[in-house]
Amino acid sequence: MKFAVEMRGITKRFPGVIANDQVDFDLRPGEIHALLGENGAGKSTLMNVLAGLYQAEDGEIYIHDRPVTLKTPRDAIDNGVGMVHQHFMLVPSLSVTENILLGLDQPSFFLRLPEYHQQIALLEERFGLKVAPEAKIWQLSVGEQQRVEILKMLYRGADVLIMDEPTAVLAPSEVDELFDTLRSMTEQGKSIIFISHKLHEVMTISDRITVLRKGKKVGELVTKETSRGELAESMVGRRVLFSVAKSIKEHGAAKLMINDVHAVNDRGVKALNGVSLNVHEGEIVGIAGVAGNGQSELAEVITGLRSCISGTVQVDECQISNRSPKCAIDAQLAHIPMDRTGVGTAPSMNITDNLIMKSYRSKPVSKGWSIDQRESVKFAQQLKDDYQIIAPSLDTHVRLLSGGNLQRLILARETTSDPQVLLAVHPTRGLDVGAIEGVHRLLLEQRDAGAAILLVSEELDELLSLCDRVAVIYEGEIMGIVDESEADQIGLMMTGQRYPLEDIFSEGLDAS
Amino acid sequence: MQAESVKRRGIPVRIFTEPRIDVPKWLPITVSVGAIVLALLASTLVLRFAGESHPFRAYSSIAKELFGSWGGISDILVQATPLILVGLACSVAFSMRLWNIGAEGQFFIGAFAASAIVLTPIVPPDAPRWVFLPVMLLAGFIGGALWGFVPGFLKAKFNINEVITTLMLNYIAVEWNNYFIFGVWSEGGFQMSPRFPKAAWLPRLADYAREIPQFSGITIHLGLLIGPIAAIIVWYIIYRSRWGYEIRLAGDNPKAARYAGTPIVRNIILAMMLSGGLAGIAGMAQIGGVVRRLQGSISPGYGFTGIIIAWLAKLNPFVVIIVSILFGTLTLAGREIGRAGLSMLIQGIILFALIASEFLLRYRVRIERV
Repeated sequence: MKFAVEMRGITKRFPGVIANDQVDFDLRPGEIHALLGENGAGKSTLMNVLAGLYQAEDGEIYIHDRPVTLKTPRDAIDNGVGMVHQHFMLVPSLSVTENILLGLDQPSFFLRLPEYHQQIALLEERFGLKVAPEAKIWQLSVGEQQRVEILKMLYRGADVLIMDEPTAVLAPSEVDELFDTLRSMTEQGKSIIFISHKLHEVMTISDRITVLRKGKKVGELVTKETSRGELAESMVGRRVLFSVAKSIKEHGAAKLMINDVHAVNDRGVKALNGVSLNVHEGEIVGIAGVAGNGQSELAEVITGLRSCISGTVQVDECQISNRSPKCAIDAQLAHIPMDRTGVGTAPSMNITDNLIMKSYRSKPVSKGWSIDQRESVKFAQQLKDDYQIIAPSLDTHVRLLSGGNLQRLILARETTSDPQVLLAVHPTRGLDVGAIEGVHRLLLEQRDAGAAILLVSEELDELLSLCDRVAVIYEGEIMGIVDESEADQIGLMMTGQRYPLEDIFSEGLDAS
Repeated sequence: MQAESVKRRGIPVRIFTEPRIDVPKWLPITVSVGAIVLALLASTLVLRFAGESHPFRAYSSIAKELFGSWGGISDILVQATPLILVGLACSVAFSMRLWNIGAEGQFFIGAFAASAIVLTPIVPPDAPRWVFLPVMLLAGFIGGALWGFVPGFLKAKFNINEVITTLMLNYIAVEWNNYFIFGVWSEGGFQMSPRFPKAAWLPRLADYAREIPQFSGITIHLGLLIGPIAAIIVWYIIYRSRWGYEIRLAGDNPKAARYAGTPIVRNIILAMMLSGGLAGIAGMAQIGGVVRRLQGSISPGYGFTGIIIAWLAKLNPFVVIIVSILFGTLTLAGREIGRAGLSMLIQGIILFALIASEFLLRYRVRIERV
């Protein structure tokens, strides 16, 4: 057996675009083969063809050297191909075991759950995927939910596993765990296709790399024989700068003052435990930490979306905590939310309506009780041009925009008014190299224009290249604040180690 | 290779569907008209089974009856009048994704409040028309708005499901009215109030038949004007005002609305009140323009029809008018057919076809030879 999977000349068209154009792809048994490309390069489409979700107009697929027709996901799994999607397809109120069994012929009527709990536990042990079979999905972390998706495929007998951007939702430590799992699966004879646009991950985990660009295959490389630079160039089609040049600048007075904030999360568990932090004019402060250590709660408290038990958040003289989101907006606090589609935009409204979201209350967009149509279109057109939001027209529904374009829209809306404070939460998550570069440049521009920026991110490289200082959050507490020279301490702090206590102390005090 | 043979063995054509990215402007109207025509064709079979030997002749005689005279057209418009207002009422609430199932109850309370002005009496019986009508209109609006406020408040403050509360309030409204019809305002033991004084009637064109003979038998009343005016106002509020922007934002993505700093609690209450108020005006127009007294059977479920109208109109206030006229036509055509069951059946077929035709707006269908 030469190949676990072989795809020859796959062509898939969508109205107006060719998503895959004569693409060849092969997967050897026991290897991890990365599929690399920018957003919209056709990676997911190609794999959806292999998973039976799309039918290609042209091309052939061989699995274990046998030609196959894959019309449904069921056909694919019957042939041993399973896909773990970026967005999980789990029922939150059911248990892990129930989710895995869902849609199967066995058990047929009586669930006999204890028996199956045991089977699942055995499967988990074999591949090192730890998650309690009895637990309900809603109780699990994102990383654990992903394990359930993988288990679902393994239980159905998949020996070719397609992972669609599996790290997009994971914290760095969870990524390491995932990689261990993937390696242990290949040791046991499974073959894995790893879809990603993150170069360092692809370099770490894969054996071979196929690069797609604009629906075409532009390269097939052996990981050991290539470099990040070469990959980036073939992915984007031009040379890419990995870090945007940052000028050294003296920062001014404190703009955003967070003082001893305590808050609970949605489940009523303490999420913030006395967070104090100041961000000065013309400064970018990073918040590093493993996901779920209070970052999102902190962002929500700052923006008025969540109330805190005690403590205050101030922009200049104005207290904005425990008031309303509008109060934060009025204090000129801009917010690039973590969830672009769920929070940051209204998907079925058009580009204009989404761009005026923060300025519809003030002139010139607002005229008395009504919204001035001509002014709002003018305003939107200006932003669309300035920030290069690519769309057929201003009337396009934003749900049709790509991730990068959507983020440009949000950035345009949030930065056009030259905010005093800018809170950016995972602003580059899920974006491709070119778009990330754009976001970084914009953040630095805002900094140079005098904004105080608080950047929450899980990408340490990003934090180190952009931030003047990085604060590390762990279980709702700031473990320490360091600058570039002490970067090696960040990893330690993310696991709960405190860094020179005096430092935190002085930081907390210098504003008050 | 295997794939080829599989294709050849089957039917020689394959039907593909794919989501549409943009919808051409002419398409919705073409598809809707096509759906109605198809439904009428399908209904000929039903008529045949029911013993009508010339279904098409029946259609044409109904059409002649309805559209052949000003009287017929005016009857359609009278039917459409309350529907326009309740359709608008539902559109407003649905724009914010508030499922107001209570337009029926708000209609009854609106009718009640307008009657209270006349029967209590709050305005003296010998007051002129220009005092009566505006006060009744206002009372109808306030009554309906109050009936919308209760579920709106409960939803906004305590997140209580508005489907349940509005539905339950319907029963309360009907029984509340009954209490007054059977008891307080009963006219000589009958289940109806006394007739309103003339000044409290919405004037009909027929009332002017003595001066302009052509108006004889034309039952269109002033309420018909309220519908389009309300449609313009509602359109302006939803699509042009700042408040309407907040409503649409909350309807499309409540989290984004919160993020944008809109006052959601206040807006839920206000949207429900506006919705209820419009349904209340419908109730006022119905008793002021058609029934002219408060009685039990003032609505054959207008409030519920309003839900369907709002949906079919895709919440667009102007389309609500067109759809309401269509519904008015269907109701009257049903009366022409005579047998109630049969007309309901045909109405069902038409509605079904209209709703199913939505599919063609969302998907493009291709038929290809294999």
